[in-house]
Amino acid sequence: MAKNKSKQYEEVIFKILMVISMVIVFGVVFSVIWTIVSKGYKAISWEMVSQLPGGGFYIGKEGGFLNAIVGSLYIVGASTVLGLIISIPVVFFLNVYLKKDSKLAYIARLAFDVLFGVPSIVYGAFGFTIMVFLGLRASLLGGIIVITLLIIPIFIRTMDEATREFPRDILDATYALGATKWETLKVVIRQIAPGIATATLLSIGRAIGDAAAVMFTAGYSDRIPTALSQQTATLPLSVFFQLSSPIPEVRNRAYAAALVLTIIVLILSILGRFFTNRFSKNKL
Amino acid sequence: MSIEVKNLNVYIKDNHILKNINLTLPEKKITCIIGPSGCGKSTLLKTLNRLIDSVENVRVEGNVFVDGEDIINSNGYQVTELRRKIGLVNQRPCPLPMSIYANVAYGCRINNMYRGRKLHRVVCKNLEAVGLWNEVNGRLRTPAVRLSIGQQQRLCLARSLAVEPEYILADEATSALDPISAKKVEDLFMTLKDKYSIIMVTHTLRQAVRIADYVVFMYLGEIIEEGPADQIFNNPQQELTKNYLSGAFS
Amino acid sequence: MQTRRIFKDRLAKETMLVLTIVSILFVIVMGIGLYMKSAPILGEKSLWDLLSSSQWRPMKGEFGFLPFIVGTLWVTFIAIILAFPVSLLTAIFLTEYAKPIVKKCVFPALDILAALPSVIYGIWGTLVIVPVISEKLAPHFVEYSSGYTVLAAGMVLGVMILPLLVSLFIEVFSIVPLELREASWALGATRWQTTRKVVLRKTFAGIIASTVLAISRAFGETIAVLMVCGCMITIPNNIFESCYPIPALIANNYGEMLSMPLYESALMFAALILFVVVLVFNILSRIVLYRMEKKLN
Repeated sequence: MAKNKSKQYEEVIFKILMVISMVIVFGVVFSVIWTIVSKGYKAISWEMVSQLPGGGFYIGKEGGFLNAIVGSLYIVGASTVLGLIISIPVVFFLNVYLKKDSKLAYIARLAFDVLFGVPSIVYGAFGFTIMVFLGLRASLLGGIIVITLLIIPIFIRTMDEATREFPRDILDATYALGATKWETLKVVIRQIAPGIATATLLSIGRAIGDAAAVMFTAGYSDRIPTALSQQTATLPLSVFFQLSSPIPEVRNRAYAAALVLTIIVLILSILGRFFTNRFSKNKL
Repeated sequence: MSIEVKNLNVYIKDNHILKNINLTLPEKKITCIIGPSGCGKSTLLKTLNRLIDSVENVRVEGNVFVDGEDIINSNGYQVTELRRKIGLVNQRPCPLPMSIYANVAYGCRINNMYRGRKLHRVVCKNLEAVGLWNEVNGRLRTPAVRLSIGQQQRLCLARSLAVEPEYILADEATSALDPISAKKVEDLFMTLKDKYSIIMVTHTLRQAVRIADYVVFMYLGEIIEEGPADQIFNNPQQELTKNYLSGAFS
Repeated sequence: MQTRRIFKDRLAKETMLVLTIVSILFVIVMGIGLYMKSAPILGEKSLWDLLSSSQWRPMKGEFGFLPFIVGTLWVTFIAIILAFPVSLLTAIFLTEYAKPIVKKCVFPALDILAALPSVIYGIWGTLVIVPVISEKLAPHFVEYSSGYTVLAAGMVLGVMILPLLVSLFIEVFSIVPLELREASWALGATRWQTTRKVVLRKTFAGIIASTVLAISRAFGETIAVLMVCGCMITIPNNIFESCYPIPALIANNYGEMLSMPLYESALMFAALILFVVVLVFNILSRIVLYRMEKKLN
């Protein structure tokens, strides 16, 4: 059956194409990481991550970008806590109080999927209008609010998926002991703890890397903010602004900041692997 | 034309699923593999057409000779050719996501066997062979999933027959069907055994009694006893076989 | 004691219900907010004028979005063209071919691609993609290209949506039951034949929906594109010219717009365009995906 061999050739051709695709994927990962590391490694110094911008910072004089690191940590820390406080009850409500085929749950999940897809620049623009409406100016608070809104869909989707998978029998067992739905919260939280951890890591990753949303709402500052109403720098924006400078020293600092950002994100990503071995759709 | 299994061992992860299986399957007969659930019947069947490959963490040792060729160590072309030669009917009918006609034609098309008018004739012939022709004639282009479960199962059989196999593996092919459809499929197997060697895994002893020519009794991954149907059913040698046949466990 | 417990339960339920509904309403509030902000410009010009004019002179009060819309479409188109085949093949490889050990190597790589921030891709684009285009690629086709082009933006964007596409495809393929594949293999089909004729066929709607989702993601990507697109307000004639997608427009002009209400309104209108497109694409494709999941489960 010689003619039957043609399907084997087809198989081989597509296998080769698949291998090429994999090479492209790995090649890109390697190329991106290598670019950042090789540029950043040369530029980075202890001074940069431990000092605030000094005088003449933006024409290449000394100083560091501690303001951006701390600013990012403030925003990420606060919005992660706020995000958790808001999303856990919503996830719990969707999964415990609502029935499996509930219309409300369907619409809610759709809404969160849609919110998840809304670009961060739109969040930024919207956050900006809200702030104008409330009479706020670009500030740490503004940044925290917008980033919180940005990561809530990630929190909810990831935790929701983890909760949906966990066995209903455990809930039934607690009901059988006379617990109210509210009282099962503890059981549920313990069961989905890994899901919460994954969700948190993902949210932190997204929050720390996002530039478009905070551009409008958090502003930029050379100092570490001491009040919610002050403007603050963030790592991605610090990279972005310094990179547009014509002065090589300033651009080098951008690469150093990019390296710091990349390392943080990589650590988060590896930790995330640790909690789930699955390639969850919510990773993205 | 024969299937011969020699010292076959199958492990999935750390579980020893099939233990030292030695077996020669008779030609143009219905061989029934019986035994309690979880004894490795389905795994044995999957090994014969190498569908076992898609199981994760599986390790296969030993040889299976199909028409004298060792299929465990073959690859690529040989595996697809092997699978063409060995038809499979599963427990739950599994129509492909296409029309009734395309389902039957599928195997011929992927194997480049027939085209055009000839293909059409093959499809019609096989639909007739499983008694579906009169039922589906006129709606050949409708999706196969719209058929009833019983019809779907016969469609799957027709699909297998269309690629001109020499063997047919059936994994509890009637257990998901209603009694009338089950009877139809069972009768079909009886008519097919003149042309094909049929290896059937079954859970229902009575079915085995009705149709088997040769019987293999398995228990916990081992073959306990094998022989012509008469002998196994009327005069089993092993204590385990006796107990199983008398319904002490199932 | 009992009544207090029941009361607590009811209170919690009501609170959570409100929280859930508020978050659903957030989608609508967002749309309304952006619409209200863009109302001034919509009151002054017709929608058609805004979308079809290519004159962009904010100081003179001319706001034609055509160059930005065309730029966005070009960049998105290139990104999808590049990312689609690679991610489809990668997803097929991972679901239909790869052994678990291979998956364990590939998934972390995709994780990293998904996790890297936009600005990092921007740097990568400027340092790697832009020079390659201006020095190696473009000279074959055009006389001069700065490298900051439609193609550069498309390539960077393509890389950025790759992990999203792969994971969506994997999700879609994994809904196809194993028995269906086995039925095809058992007839002598090769893996690729099975993939093409059974898996891809069965998941066709899901593949389209996933691609639409990825398109909507590409629409809104800002910083990385901004860094490599060249930011010139023209309608690009070929992929070796600069362009100016909508998100870049918004991000770049924040600040200077504050003094002119109509300018601010124009940028909010740009955000509204993005929001509406993303909203429609997302809702449609999510509904398709939900339905598939339900049907095959």
